[in-house]
Amino acid sequence: MELLERFAAGDLGAFEELFRQHQKEVYAWTVRIVRDRGIAEDLTVETFWRIYKSRSRFDPAGNFCSWARRIATNAALDHLRHSRHETQLPEDLTATAGGDPAVCSERRRQIKQAFSDLPAKYRLVATLALIEEESYNNIAEAAGISVALVKVRVFRAVRMLRKKLSSLGVEVNAK
Amino acid sequence: MNNEEDNKEMKNLLKQVIAPAKDTELPRDLWPQMLRRLNEQPAAVVGVPWFDWALAAILGAVLILFPGSIPALLYHL
Repeated sequence: MELLERFAAGDLGAFEELFRQHQKEVYAWTVRIVRDRGIAEDLTVETFWRIYKSRSRFDPAGNFCSWARRIATNAALDHLRHSRHETQLPEDLTATAGGDPAVCSERRRQIKQAFSDLPAKYRLVATLALIEEESYNNIAEAAGISVALVKVRVFRAVRMLRKKLSSLGVEVNAK
Repeated sequence: MNNEEDNKEMKNLLKQVIAPAKDTELPRDLWPQMLRRLNEQPAAVVGVPWFDWALAAILGAVLILFPGSIPALLYHL
């Protein structure tokens, strides 16, 4: 029996093999969304826990990677929803050394705050599309939505950021 | 200003403040954590979705408030 068939049938050994094959990829995807290594580790375990619980619904003929990425995206989105007002972007994943020195620390703080204040579903697509420069197709597949909806959410996220920053007196078209 | 230009400007601004995640390498094997999680919460426990409980509650309330509907319900089962 193939690995994915054994996994779908509930074989723990097959699950361990899949976990070891895909944990790096799931972690790498998650850390790009939540931007915190510790949280990304916890969410990787949460993702595989959800995968294990839903194993009977997995079609062994399907693509395990895409399925895992979609579950990881949902887990990360749930985290963003629940931690929206609690967490800030961690310093170690923000551009301090490579950024424009002309951008003063107060302005940085305001931009980070405005970004953190975005509703979770907009922050998710904005992070992947604007910061990580992931393709709209990949974002759509991972989030389980259409490419058109990804574009709409990016557009709305940019509009919300622009509005928030302009109310704070931050010029957006600064080169 | 069109959407593409708008996005590009915002992208430039954000990139001055938030860097793309560079270190995405998993620092350690997470299987021991996964195993602990599996042992803590056996997956065999089947959860009942909240809407199933809500339907059961509504049905129970209808049967209590309108006992005359019991024969009709039994007939349709």
